[in-house]
Amino acid sequence: MSKGEAGRAMKQGQTSPGPGSGGPSFARSLVSVLASLQLTVALLALSLAMIFVATLDQVHLGVWGVQQKYFHSFFVMAKVPGTDFAVPVFPGGYLLGGALLLNLVTAHADRFRLSWKKSGIWLTHLGLILLLIGEGLSGLMQRDGQVRIDVGQTHRFVESFRESELAVADVTNPGYDDVVAIPVARLMGQDVIQHPKLPFTLKPLAYYPNATLRMRSQVTNAPPSMATMGDGTEMIAEPTPVTYKPDESNWPTGYVELAGPEGALGTWLVSEMLDQPQTFTYQGRTWQLALRARRDYLPFTLTLGKFTHDIYPGTDIPKNFASTVHLRSDDGRDDRTVQISMNNPLRYGGYAFYQAGYANNDHTSVLEAVRNPSWQIPYASCALISLGLVVQFGISLFGFFRKRGGAVPQPAPARPAPSSP
Amino acid sequence: MKKNLSLIALALCLLWVVSTLVPRGNSGPFDLEGFGRLPVLAGGRIKPLDTIARTGLLMLQGRQRAVAPNGKEVTPEEWLLDVFFVPETADAYQVFRIDNSDVLSIFGLTRADGDGGVRFSYRQMQAGMDELDRQTHLAEPVENAERSAFQRAVVELRSHVEFYVRLKFGLQAPGIADLTAELSDTGRIRALHAAFESMDTFSSLRPIPPRKPSADPAGWQSVGRSLLGAASPSEVDPHVLVYAVLGKDWRELQPAAFNGALRSYRDELSLRFPEAARRSGIEAFFNQAEPFITSLFLYVVAFLLAAISWLAWPEPLGRAAFRVMGLAFLVATLGILARMWLEGRPPVTNLYSSALFIGWGSVALCLVLEQLHRNAVASAAGSMIGFGTLVIAHHLSLSGDTLEMMRAVLDSNFWLSTHVVTVTTGYASTFLAGFLAIIYILRGLLTRSLDRRTADALARMVYGIVCFATLFSFVGTMLGGIWADQSWGRFWGWDPKENGALLIVIWNAIILHCRWGGLVRQRGMMALAVFGNVVTAWSWFGTNMLGVGLHSYGFTSAAFYGLIVFVASQLAVIGLAVTPLAKWRSFRGVKA
Repeated sequence: MSKGEAGRAMKQGQTSPGPGSGGPSFARSLVSVLASLQLTVALLALSLAMIFVATLDQVHLGVWGVQQKYFHSFFVMAKVPGTDFAVPVFPGGYLLGGALLLNLVTAHADRFRLSWKKSGIWLTHLGLILLLIGEGLSGLMQRDGQVRIDVGQTHRFVESFRESELAVADVTNPGYDDVVAIPVARLMGQDVIQHPKLPFTLKPLAYYPNATLRMRSQVTNAPPSMATMGDGTEMIAEPTPVTYKPDESNWPTGYVELAGPEGALGTWLVSEMLDQPQTFTYQGRTWQLALRARRDYLPFTLTLGKFTHDIYPGTDIPKNFASTVHLRSDDGRDDRTVQISMNNPLRYGGYAFYQAGYANNDHTSVLEAVRNPSWQIPYASCALISLGLVVQFGISLFGFFRKRGGAVPQPAPARPAPSSP
Repeated sequence: MKKNLSLIALALCLLWVVSTLVPRGNSGPFDLEGFGRLPVLAGGRIKPLDTIARTGLLMLQGRQRAVAPNGKEVTPEEWLLDVFFVPETADAYQVFRIDNSDVLSIFGLTRADGDGGVRFSYRQMQAGMDELDRQTHLAEPVENAERSAFQRAVVELRSHVEFYVRLKFGLQAPGIADLTAELSDTGRIRALHAAFESMDTFSSLRPIPPRKPSADPAGWQSVGRSLLGAASPSEVDPHVLVYAVLGKDWRELQPAAFNGALRSYRDELSLRFPEAARRSGIEAFFNQAEPFITSLFLYVVAFLLAAISWLAWPEPLGRAAFRVMGLAFLVATLGILARMWLEGRPPVTNLYSSALFIGWGSVALCLVLEQLHRNAVASAAGSMIGFGTLVIAHHLSLSGDTLEMMRAVLDSNFWLSTHVVTVTTGYASTFLAGFLAIIYILRGLLTRSLDRRTADALARMVYGIVCFATLFSFVGTMLGGIWADQSWGRFWGWDPKENGALLIVIWNAIILHCRWGGLVRQRGMMALAVFGNVVTAWSWFGTNMLGVGLHSYGFTSAAFYGLIVFVASQLAVIGLAVTPLAKWRSFRGVKA
């Protein structure tokens, strides 16, 4: 396309108010600002700066922390030095993405005309709109977690990486457990928690997103524990700052007081750091209490048959990791063996399972499980944008060669090309 | 003469290229070339001993040339033979490069003790080895990014010493003078059990081929492992004996016996392991021909010819530049093809090969541009980038064998050949637009040679290349997203390398929109294109220096300073671009 043409198209949008102006002139000029190329360039430049700073900040915050602070937010916040008061210092990913979306849509509504010469730009921008929407949806809807299975074991749930829940289980019946899972958001509040399946209530007394547990006997002058029942009576929990480092974990910890109709049953310390659930009996039934990674139950089971870990001979460079998994759906329709390996995930039941790691001397396989209903959108948008760019630059290139082909220079190169050859 | 200048230049360069391809043969009585072609398993693949010797020397001292303790210059093979079989001599070779003066004081050495002030021998360092170990233990817990220059130098030198010591256990344990004699007696074999065990533990070489020919490299064994399975002389693997005989003859300076044993082993290999023998032979030839070094010098010649052509004899010199660049391109292409064949992989597999490919891609585009415009501008830009990327590649090769095995997550030829090649082409074209813009700015500001026609032609070139770069960097980045979605479950994870690629796409989009919107004209577009160099360099190297994310593959601090200098130089050029038009020598008195 010719530079003069696009420039003129834009200037028209900006300066000529169009017929019947006067009253709506403010709206008109707002539209032309929103549709302007200047705004596009400014937004792109801001995105560039934001992504650059965010990338540098990953050294401190880790990938997940940076996503929350920069990309999945409307504003990048920073604390005023010396205080805990945070103020917005830069537009965040949602704001910039949303503004770009608005800019694109307005530009097309306002100044782009459908024509063959612009077909590439239309396709590219359409794909871009789709891409921005898809990324927004992924940010909102994607859930990821992991499945850790030992060889021979069967699992039917995905454990969240970052979210926790308080599981209260009635384990009296040897055949099954009856579990009530309480999201940690409730533990952060003050309200007493009640559930029809529970004969007692739970009252959150304290909650720390990250804490370390130590035996009271190993700390000199240890204060008395808030816990009166269970393992926590011998321990103290020290709150520690939340970590974002990829090689460190957070250990959510809290205190809950249980009470029946007859009065308080005691206070328990609950923490993800405690490996085993704490058991107690109440009204003749056996209960277990555990703070654990949030579980999403699946309508199918996975059984790990075999895990292999190949290396290149004479080195310790990994060549391949593979899990042979047996998949069995609850409705009995699927009952088959699949192999999950690097670059070769299993997609089933809305989830995708990836070979992520291993532990226990190759005895445990770690699968990452991702659920993202919008996962196919980027594929479509990439195809659209790629096609659009090829068409647009193809048209330019064709024009360039045609101009060269004609030995005599065009008399008025600035004028738009005639419609017929 | 003037008319045939380009042909003469081409012929001279071609002659030189051919001379590098002629096998050099052996200068002494020993068949060192044949020894260098022997295949061994190391680093997960079968490679010739020549590669072990060359990459080892490059890693230890930054060059392949070695000087024996007696002052005689030797081939990499001779050094390797001494390391294997005459360790007391090898220890006196000054092949350990030490640049950090504080590290020298660990050993109580001064610059005057070293070859060229920087290269020292194992023997010179021996008294300070315990202190080096202690300093390494102090430095190791510190994260790589936070280590001081001294700590980094200590850790690096320690790893070089370890590499060297392991190499000494490759074919026979140090301290055994004549392995053939030891292996002739059951009692002596038994007595050496501990030595064989340490040979198996320390050495990372597996030179002994499997008893039954098989394509699986896992069957190759270390000498130590093979000997641990032999209880009596009759059970010793004949190939172990071959190396023992070669060692004895090398120590005792018996070239005839050495060459004889070598010849019969090579005959056997080419009969029983034809594939391994052929590949090793070709790799050793490739190492010796050094196509990328040849190409590097040819790019210098091409650049000089192109630059001079703007001052005098534009037509013949311009054509000569084009032809010499074409020859350099051809040599680099052959080199890249040879690497692809040896590795069985697409062209880009690691940082080193990305440097080769960025240069290759830029020069390919320049050959097309030069055909269209014939003003030597594309030849100059192409040879500049070709030269620069090969220099970068040379520095990257100092960390060891550049034909590495691919880690599990990267082990996908499909994605390597689509995503990696496309995104690297995007890098290459963004650099090309930037270098063309540099030529525009420098010629326009400092010389009178940038006439209106050339300026417009350059503007068209830069615009076209930016379009090309947008397409390839975008498609490449998106293919990367799709690979990520296929292999670890998210299309986009804001990993530093992904962000870097995205920044290139955004920057190219900014250039295009600025131009379409009339926000910049010719000069402004050139300044923006030069900043594209900064964005691309940061994305290519800067992101690797952060040490986070799935794509980070380790880095040296020297590259960090290189990046700073490069960015500063580009900003300086942008500063020049915004000088008022009245100061531009080419445009003075001309309405721009």
